[in-house]
Amino acid sequence: MAELRRWQQLPPGGIVTPGAPRARTGGWRTGVKPRVRLEACVNCLLCWLYCPDAAVRVEGETFVGFDYDYCKGCELCAEMCPAGAIEMVPEETRVD
Amino acid sequence: MSTETATSLDLLTGGEAVAHAMRQIDPDVVPIYPITPQTPIIQAFAKFVSDGRAGGELVNVESEHSAMSAAVGSALAGARTMTATSSQGLALMAEVVYIAAAMRAPIVTALGNRALSGPINIHCDHSDSMLIRDSGAIQLFVENAQEAYDATLLAVRLAEHPDVLLPVFVCLDGFTITHSAEPVSLLPDDEAKLFVGEYRVPHPLLGAEPTTQGPFAMPDYYFELRHQQVAAMAAAEGVLESLVDELAGFTGRRYDPLEAYRLDDAARALVLMGSTAGTAKDVVDDLRSRAHPVGLLRIGSFRPFPTAAVRAALARVPDVAVLDRADSPGGAPPLFSEVAAALQGGRARLRSVVYGLGGRDFHPEDVEAVFDSLHDRGGHAPAYLGLRSGR
Repeated sequence: MAELRRWQQLPPGGIVTPGAPRARTGGWRTGVKPRVRLEACVNCLLCWLYCPDAAVRVEGETFVGFDYDYCKGCELCAEMCPAGAIEMVPEETRVD
Repeated sequence: MSTETATSLDLLTGGEAVAHAMRQIDPDVVPIYPITPQTPIIQAFAKFVSDGRAGGELVNVESEHSAMSAAVGSALAGARTMTATSSQGLALMAEVVYIAAAMRAPIVTALGNRALSGPINIHCDHSDSMLIRDSGAIQLFVENAQEAYDATLLAVRLAEHPDVLLPVFVCLDGFTITHSAEPVSLLPDDEAKLFVGEYRVPHPLLGAEPTTQGPFAMPDYYFELRHQQVAAMAAAEGVLESLVDELAGFTGRRYDPLEAYRLDDAARALVLMGSTAGTAKDVVDDLRSRAHPVGLLRIGSFRPFPTAAVRAALARVPDVAVLDRADSPGGAPPLFSEVAAALQGGRARLRSVVYGLGGRDFHPEDVEAVFDSLHDRGGHAPAYLGLRSGR
């Protein structure tokens, strides 16, 4: 954790400029996280569309997995997935 | 406080005078919703736009909440942005005024001061301004149409100054200033434009270096980000003074953050804001002509409040009445609170007088009655001037 900055060191209005360190918003996640079975995925990208943060990783136009630094465990992706490829698992479950 | 150098005068209402200032400023975006007594401002400005005399984008939004929201986005995207409102309109805007200040959006708003409901009323008092007292927005209170014009030009520079970057409200008393025609001296358009200059947003929303605006801030950063507004307000005091000097170079007029009127050897003084200063000055002149040592302090900048200057101006005045055109039920009225804080530890006897709510007239004899009450040290200033009271 970087040292907290003083008020004089912050840009006006606290704006975020290019090159700013990325804030990880996944720290709020409690309990469960999504796990995908890519072999069942039909790449409809509904999970990407519905994710309220940036937890769905897409390379080119292909869903490749989750970035848990930005996942709050809201379960929307699992709810929306038409292929049943996403399931919510306990936080401590190891995922690749 | 002014010396006229202009060659010609126009007969304009305060609202029209502000609209002329807006025409000369030529803002890029004006998101607006009509409300009495602000309407003549935007009506006159809309005519300038439709006649091709101003080129900005007039956005007819569906509410004042939307007006200020659109203004925040517009100002931070890099467009010079103005709006105008009154009373309930400002109440609906208030949520976003705080956000505009926190996001450091330099939006200039003309505020035709009008009593807040209820009961519903359309006439002047300062309760609408006081609703956003703590928002982080600058508030300049003017005395007449001429000052409304001058302050609008100045407000743009003040808001956009890189050390300030705060919303500025130019507060003009509803009807008394917004609707009353007075001789007003306008700068030639090219001089007004030269004074106002170009708006350069320090960190544009879009472009080569795009930014994220309005971030979430948790307990680790909220306090620091709020404190930026305190610093910006402190900077605004100095910027305002230098802009008053600079504008005086164009107009030959000065409207300082506070105006001391015949205060030097005064034994009794009033402190007030807005158009009623004109009436009070006449009474001061009249009492002075009868050898009564009275004076007046008119506050032109309520935010930032010129605390040190108020303290200095009143340092040798033994009896002071602070006239508030707004009340704070259950507490001290807002202007009184400021003056009392400025004079703490001093020796002045302070009285609080609330007057003129909902457009209640303020006559010369009312001013004299307040001065009289200060003369009698055992007496009591009327805490609520002109209030009918008793069973």
